[in-house]
Amino acid sequence: MENGAGTTQGEGKDPAGFLSDIIGNPVTVKLNSGVVYKGELQSVDGYMNIALEKTEEYVNGTKRRTYGDAFLCTYQPINGVSVIYQSWAAKKE
Amino acid sequence: MAEGEEGPAAGSVSEPLDLVRLLLDEVVFVKLRGDRELKGRLHAYDSHMNLVLGDVIETIYVVDDDDDDDEIRTTTKKSEMLFVRGDSVVLVSPQTSS
Repeated sequence: MENGAGTTQGEGKDPAGFLSDIIGNPVTVKLNSGVVYKGELQSVDGYMNIALEKTEEYVNGTKRRTYGDAFLCTYQPINGVSVIYQSWAAKKE
Repeated sequence: MAEGEEGPAAGSVSEPLDLVRLLLDEVVFVKLRGDRELKGRLHAYDSHMNLVLGDVIETIYVVDDDDDDDEIRTTTKKSEMLFVRGDSVVLVSPQTSS
């Protein structure tokens, strides 16, 4: 990404650098609303907008929908739809 | 960097908004806050995710919990042209059949 994240090696990595490092990995994104999206992380920007591929949407633990591509607006401080966590599921090498 | 706009190739997705750019003039599925969904043709968007959609079908989900089993009612509205303020947009995707 252009914000220079991940250029400094070693030391503590910044969160943005971590996120750009795991691009292409399967991730779980949970919004404040409780809805969970699982998919392959395509890209992230400074507003925490997220693009996912092969996305599955889970509401109350049950799969609702699938999307080929999905753009998520996760940074919404007003009334808070925001990312609670993002993790990368075990990826087989 | 005036000329090439941004991004190396026109079809590439290097940031999330590039995905939305690829959806211009396509029929898109939009999830909004408040259990609302839209399906329509994406005419325009900006970085706030304000959207202009054409031939839109809006679906509103309302949970009726006066009965024991909460059933979900849906209301649909059609609009020829719709401006959507970006702060209500949660998700944008190419149209899904389900």
